Amino acid sequence: MEENYIKHQYAPILPKKDEWPVVKLARERKEFVKKVAELSEERILELIGKNPEILKEELETTLYREKLRIKQNPWDVDPDDEGEFWGEVKNNLLHIHTEGSPQKQKRLEAYRDVLKKITSRYSEEIASNFKASHYKFTRRVVTYGFSRLLNAARVKGFGSLFSNQYTLQDKIQITGQTAQIRDLATKGTIVMVPTHFSNLDSVLIGWIISVLGMPPFIYGAGLNLFNISIFAYFMNALGAYKVDRRKKNLMYLETLKTYSKEAIQFGCHSLFFPGGTRSRSGIIESKLKLGLLSTAMEAQRANYQEGINDVSGKIFIVPVTINYHFVLEAPGLIQDYLSQTGQERYYKENDEFSNSYKISKFLFKFFTKGSDISVSIGRAMDVMGNYVDEDGNSRDKWNRVVDTREYFVSNGKVTVDAQREEEYTQMLGKRIVEEFHKINRVFSSHLVAFVAFELIQAKNAKLDLFDLIRLPQEDLVLGYEEFKSACQLVLDLILELKSQGKIDTAPHLNRPMDEIIAHGLENVGMYHAKRPLIQDKEGNMGTQDMSLLYFYHNRLHGYGLEKLF
Amino acid sequence: MALKNSSKPSPIGVVGVGSFGTAIANMLAEKNEVMVYARKQEVVDEINSLHTASGKLLNPSVKATFSPEELCHSCAVLFFMIPSGAFLEVTRTFAPYLHPYHLVIHGTKGLAVKFAEGEQLDTVKKLRRAQIMTMSEVIVQETLAVRVGCLAGPNIAKELINDQPAATVIASKYNEVILEGQRLLRSEKFQVYGNSDIIGVELSGVLKNIIAIAAGALAGLGLGENAKGLLISRGMVEMAHLSKALGGTVSSVMGLAGIGDLVTTCNSPDSRNFTVGYRLAKGESLEQIMQTMEEVAEGVNTVRIVDAFLKTAGIRAPITENLHRVLFEDLSIDEALQFLMKYPFSVDVDFA
Repeated sequence: MEENYIKHQYAPILPKKDEWPVVKLARERKEFVKKVAELSEERILELIGKNPEILKEELETTLYREKLRIKQNPWDVDPDDEGEFWGEVKNNLLHIHTEGSPQKQKRLEAYRDVLKKITSRYSEEIASNFKASHYKFTRRVVTYGFSRLLNAARVKGFGSLFSNQYTLQDKIQITGQTAQIRDLATKGTIVMVPTHFSNLDSVLIGWIISVLGMPPFIYGAGLNLFNISIFAYFMNALGAYKVDRRKKNLMYLETLKTYSKEAIQFGCHSLFFPGGTRSRSGIIESKLKLGLLSTAMEAQRANYQEGINDVSGKIFIVPVTINYHFVLEAPGLIQDYLSQTGQERYYKENDEFSNSYKISKFLFKFFTKGSDISVSIGRAMDVMGNYVDEDGNSRDKWNRVVDTREYFVSNGKVTVDAQREEEYTQMLGKRIVEEFHKINRVFSSHLVAFVAFELIQAKNAKLDLFDLIRLPQEDLVLGYEEFKSACQLVLDLILELKSQGKIDTAPHLNRPMDEIIAHGLENVGMYHAKRPLIQDKEGNMGTQDMSLLYFYHNRLHGYGLEKLF
Repeated sequence: MALKNSSKPSPIGVVGVGSFGTAIANMLAEKNEVMVYARKQEVVDEINSLHTASGKLLNPSVKATFSPEELCHSCAVLFFMIPSGAFLEVTRTFAPYLHPYHLVIHGTKGLAVKFAEGEQLDTVKKLRRAQIMTMSEVIVQETLAVRVGCLAGPNIAKELINDQPAATVIASKYNEVILEGQRLLRSEKFQVYGNSDIIGVELSGVLKNIIAIAAGALAGLGLGENAKGLLISRGMVEMAHLSKALGGTVSSVMGLAGIGDLVTTCNSPDSRNFTVGYRLAKGESLEQIMQTMEEVAEGVNTVRIVDAFLKTAGIRAPITENLHRVLFEDLSIDEALQFLMKYPFSVDVDFA
């Protein structure tokens, strides 16, 4: 009944690490950073129509915002010379303003020099510090260390510390199109787009990529993660480049996009979390941030422009969902969501991933007590959302071969049309969301949380979400039989959807309903101080934390299951 | 690829040579080489030898073909000018030859429906938005073409053929399509506006047919201009609500494809939709009217579809609902009119 997960380590597709694109990129780091800076500069000049006045305005805005950021929101990772650098920019701008030439061209040149400084700095800042030795070390630590922990906890008796009975792959199940992604990684360039619920995701995906025998992917990690030393080490080892969400100015964003686009064109497999940040509500991302995704589109078009029309220039989008019983940060995330939605009391940020100690504690709990995670790899698509076959050819609904290049052709030539690509990126975003829902794996914990919340909501039909969350605990009791039959109803619909290929389920959902409920109850949000779902002595279901219940319930939002209540 | 090395611009394709298709083909032919598609060999022969299509005069430079493959292969820009009843079928005929590089602009005012099993238009009770497709959604669904646009507005073919001044809207999500459409069609006598809300523009063209039936009915009852003004204004409010519920923007209803086309259609006794309403008011039944009409008046289908949609959308549309009762549930026109006059419209405009 329980299906077989992939348990063996795949052979690396590129055995020599010198051949890894990310290693090649690291070797050429200096030139690459310079190239990105120059291209970003050109892009920005293009965007502002080479008008010195607009450029001046943009530079001043950037300067103002950066100074404000340095003052109001400094981080440990910020370099020491920031104040100095921006002071210099200020002086340069003043100088041009007072002594500037009346000639438009001269002024443009002068402002351009300042722009060049800024893009060079940003480009250097964004670029990753990948070191192959660190990578290997990290991978060994993760796999070896974790499997030791795991065996110590589960296998009893002397020598258990050296047992190999359990491996990490017993905890983390990889399912889906693993062979395809490995295969395509040797042919073209992969852009992996996973759902994002926890800060653990990036480390997890990094490990999965290595288990699948693929060279490391580069990816944009929030600079805030580099504040935490454990993560900083992991991130660098995984080839992460840095994304600073505090910097919202044109120059930074364009440099960032250029970096991503150039890296993809360089042949580096990439990883984006298209939701932008972790899902606050626990709902599968339905609106994606299209900024980085648009760089995949651009890179694809640029490859065609350069005449790389075969599979080597092709970009494959691979959606991935990560399914947890338990999200460590859930209490903070859902509070965030509720306060954003407006009506909750003001919430002071309390990031549960704030220090290395807490993370280690969580990891220890995770590996010793068990809480399975499954990662589903979706079918690869081209940048227009067409599925691709084993040779990397795009196929339409009727399985006819599609030439992706033709989407970028006008009057017989590949053309650049920013507005068109923006629309295409939106279409791609929609396709990714669709695929997320299809490959999402329902766990017992999602089912019980969904049913419990919906039943409570149905009983209090007149209350809105915020009143519902404030209900006293005594009012939140559900009879077991009622709960069980509702679970069966929802599960039946889920299985029907599954038969239509619209959702996936974990094998433990094939057990009898009582077992499923027990399993779900045991696992849902298992390490939270207040449990989202509990069962009292009489067997009735209740909750200690309604907002957490809401969070875990949301995982099944978007399938129309609500209509059963 | 066929177009790779062509230095000379490829011809513009027109699918369908009805009155509107012929008018557009002639307008396009003023500046470009045009190739038209007709299903029947004899029509193709007629165009190629006599330069007329079913008697309508065509620019002599227009070539005709009955091969979808040849048309798609030769042309990068295609105008689909087909009646809505045949739209799905023709789109499927062309699907194997349409590529992602094609720009497709259609001029069809109608809706297509994905029915649940065992349902059809005369039995369907409820429709969700996901089951209803505009013509551009049909093209995207059925073919590989993504750069799709539509042509809508007060464009009575007879007036266009006589070279009277007029204007149209080209709507598309893609600027490229709008610009190409404007470049191809704009002339001294023909203004072309652009709109990025393709769904809203398509819906405007579709929904106005409902109001056109009502306008015909008012004329048939012998009512005057006050009543017509009332209908057009209330009709526009209803169109705005419906369009919004179906995914269009209110502002498109205010444009040429909405209010512009609405006024024209409500004043043109030649329009099929208008005629249906007129004859209903004169006491004929829908069946009798249908028997003597060559083509189905699109508005009749639209009333059915929109009425079924209202059941799931949770909004009211009094004109559509009452027309539905008149057309399919034996309510008399007089009763419907009385009902509408008593309907509690308290606010003049409430959709802004």
